Amino acid sequence: MMQYKGWEGFLPGKWCNDEVDVRDFIQRNYTPYDGDASFLAPATEATKKLWDIVCELSKKEREAGGVLNADTKIVSTLTSHGAGYLDKDLETIVGLQTDEPFKRSLQPFGGIRMSEGALEMYGYKLDESVKEIFTKYRKTHNEGVFDVYTPEMRAARSAHILTGLPDAYGRGRIVGDYRRVALYGVDYLIRKKEEDKLGMSGDMTPEKVRNREEVADQIKALKALKEMAAIYGCDISEPATTAQEAIQALYFGYLAAVKDQNGAAMSIGRNTTFLDIYIQRDLDKGLITEEQAQEFIDHFVMKLRIVKFMRTKEYNELFSGDPTWVTESIGGMGVDGRSLVTKTAFRILHTLENLGPAPEPNLTVLWSKGLPVAFKRYCAEISINTSSIQYESDDLMRPEMGDDYCIACCVSCMRVGKDMQFFGARANLAKCLLYAINGGKDEIMKDKKTGKPMQVSPEFMPVLGDGPLDYKDVTEKYENMMKWLADLYVNTLNLIHYMHDKYSYEALELALHDTNVRRFFATGIAGLSCAADALSAIKYAKVYPIRNEDGIVIDYRIEGEFPKYGNDDDRADEIAVWILKTFMKLVKSHYTYRDSIPTTSILTITSNVVYGKKTGNTPDGRKAGTPLAPGANPMHGRDCNGALASLKSVAKLPYDYSRDGISNTFSITPGSLGKDD
Amino acid sequence: MTGYIHSFESFGTVDGPGIRYVIFLQGCPLRCQYCHNPDTWGQGGTPYTAEEVAARALKYRNYFGNNGGVTVTGGEPLVQMDFVIELFTILKRYGVHTCVDTSGITFNPESDKSVEKHEQLIKVTDLFLLDIKHIDDEACKKLTGQSNAHTLAFAKFLSERGKKMWIRQVLVPNITDGEDTLRRTRAFIQTLATVEKVEVLPYHTMGINKYEKLGIEYPLGDLAAPSKERVAYAKRVLRGESE
Repeated sequence: MMQYKGWEGFLPGKWCNDEVDVRDFIQRNYTPYDGDASFLAPATEATKKLWDIVCELSKKEREAGGVLNADTKIVSTLTSHGAGYLDKDLETIVGLQTDEPFKRSLQPFGGIRMSEGALEMYGYKLDESVKEIFTKYRKTHNEGVFDVYTPEMRAARSAHILTGLPDAYGRGRIVGDYRRVALYGVDYLIRKKEEDKLGMSGDMTPEKVRNREEVADQIKALKALKEMAAIYGCDISEPATTAQEAIQALYFGYLAAVKDQNGAAMSIGRNTTFLDIYIQRDLDKGLITEEQAQEFIDHFVMKLRIVKFMRTKEYNELFSGDPTWVTESIGGMGVDGRSLVTKTAFRILHTLENLGPAPEPNLTVLWSKGLPVAFKRYCAEISINTSSIQYESDDLMRPEMGDDYCIACCVSCMRVGKDMQFFGARANLAKCLLYAINGGKDEIMKDKKTGKPMQVSPEFMPVLGDGPLDYKDVTEKYENMMKWLADLYVNTLNLIHYMHDKYSYEALELALHDTNVRRFFATGIAGLSCAADALSAIKYAKVYPIRNEDGIVIDYRIEGEFPKYGNDDDRADEIAVWILKTFMKLVKSHYTYRDSIPTTSILTITSNVVYGKKTGNTPDGRKAGTPLAPGANPMHGRDCNGALASLKSVAKLPYDYSRDGISNTFSITPGSLGKDD
Repeated sequence: MTGYIHSFESFGTVDGPGIRYVIFLQGCPLRCQYCHNPDTWGQGGTPYTAEEVAARALKYRNYFGNNGGVTVTGGEPLVQMDFVIELFTILKRYGVHTCVDTSGITFNPESDKSVEKHEQLIKVTDLFLLDIKHIDDEACKKLTGQSNAHTLAFAKFLSERGKKMWIRQVLVPNITDGEDTLRRTRAFIQTLATVEKVEVLPYHTMGINKYEKLGIEYPLGDLAAPSKERVAYAKRVLRGESE
């Protein structure tokens, strides 16, 4: 006899033996599916009506200039708002961030200035009492960071050699294991956390006190989560008993996270295999039909599509849109060799047909050679029809991360509920090369007092003479400059995350993690291909510096040809590898906050455009202000040996040095993938 | 042996089966009015040895799968016949599927030397993509500057030797898409024993800017691409499917 009604019919194991172990539950209970998509059901009438409401609201929102409605007074917490609906009678999965759809919530804990600025941009005014509270009585993350920034950190920030730092908004990237809410119910999770807290005894070092306080906050957040569900008339204190309840409970977990945090990326985890167990149980019992199963998933996904945050226009410009990064990781292989593809993997991709294409949730297929052929075909079909699927290599990630990891944002992988990360934005390594050439003087920014070029790093020896630039000289200077940058970057992040933990701790999300969580220190790199090509030009062609009246090198004259990254040419590709390895080794040589494991990513998918605007002419011939390449992509138009050569260059970047992920943006017309007949 | 190369494509998906490493050789004796690669006509190109080119192609072997491989095209690749033979000889040693995309213009059935060369070639070539420019000789001369006799003879030669081929027909409105032309081409195809596939390549205008760059007048002016229906019709006729 199972302990809970919700567990009846499931194979028991470690997961239900006074443990929290969702993976064990999945492995014992899921049904792999290697059939095709023919079982899928179309959208129900209710789904169509609800989706029409969403489309109508989206239209109104666009017409209103990007924001339809925004809270100016009620600070968002798990229980700050009454229930909100699209159409209460039609929704099978309920819950909105505020009491109305498309009304954006007020989330000032990351920074009151960001909240105020964002509101003003869209014609709203922050309530005076809220402003007073968050300036006079309650410090924010943003204020904390700026209190302790060094002048050098501020300079690097305004020169944009460090860029996108999460110092004025929520860091995001933390993915709660929302499945736990469904599988265990909240009371069980509270009990486990209380046990953990009891175990934190002994000498009350500052670290232990902090840990105890964090777990106490987690317990409070779990209690608030129950209250939040109760506002919608749901009791989630015990395990879910049906598929609908399971999806609902899981979604409540996620909803609580987005009520609590306006994070840069608020991903949702890896849920389809888990949810399929519940759906299959109900289908087997004859409790639901396929139409209903699809309807639950459609309604769930619809909710994820309308997650919205109040952000400034600059922020949206940086990300080329209004992204929330609700990444859901799908498929992949189990370590036992079985595929983790279930019918619900199909069902969630099918939402792109039932509801039409959409960028969110960011449906991400964990691709493996071993995935069932029918599933691969369905993915290809949906990709061709909707261009809305992201792919990541499960074969690359599984050896290190096992078979229950998920993707946060676009490429960062973490074991669900076991790992978290400190999001670190990016260091611009193309700009760093220009600093190496100019001895740390910015090629664009002027010192406000003197009107002379701004000295951002300490004064290093610049490149002297009129050239051509000497490869050995430049790489030595570059390595020194990277050393300075890595030091500054890591310490800037150390301080940012200290303050985020202090003033905007993600209690709810971390309540859905193991208490003894593994932390990653997720740095990032921008401008890799530009820097690699620039060094290649210096090495294989002749590059002459052109100086302005201040002696700053502001442009370059290139004589001759040089190999370019993106053509499977080792001469250029090895330079890119050298840059990555060198920078990462330098990052690793520093203390990282809370003993987190340093990683890096090469993943700017959209912000490369903005970073390019802040980067002067580069020795590869790229003009000032023009975009850097996204992620690890070759520079635009320089890969001229076809797609595989281009991808092979990217694939040479060692994953071990870029464990937070390497992205390559790849567009191709279906016709260039081959002929139909 | 040195070959003169126009360019490489590491992810070729339209010139032969599967994923292919495609090598564009420089130089062509034809001047097809619709040609979208006029930059491959003349002398020039980058010199590479056959070993160098083979080494480049072999780096992509993992991607070839069960049916991919290497295709040489151009230009007219068989203008550099000895280079192609040497390259393919190396590739066959590694079990790579080899394919030539050609107009057959180099084949002269009257010349023992030519026949012998082409005998050597087919020993190391798995598949030919044979481009019939125009089934009517006069029309072919007008369209390409050359007679179609070489092409048709080469098709017969391949058929007699039991060599697999795909017949390709560029569908140019008003020039190669006439019903009579298509039926005559079909009749010719029916005389061949080793045709695996008939491909219709719709004329397109994506090469026009190359003409502008090269300062050559574009012979077809503003001729539009054929309609989908016309392409489908041509396929049916050329493949002998029910109309």
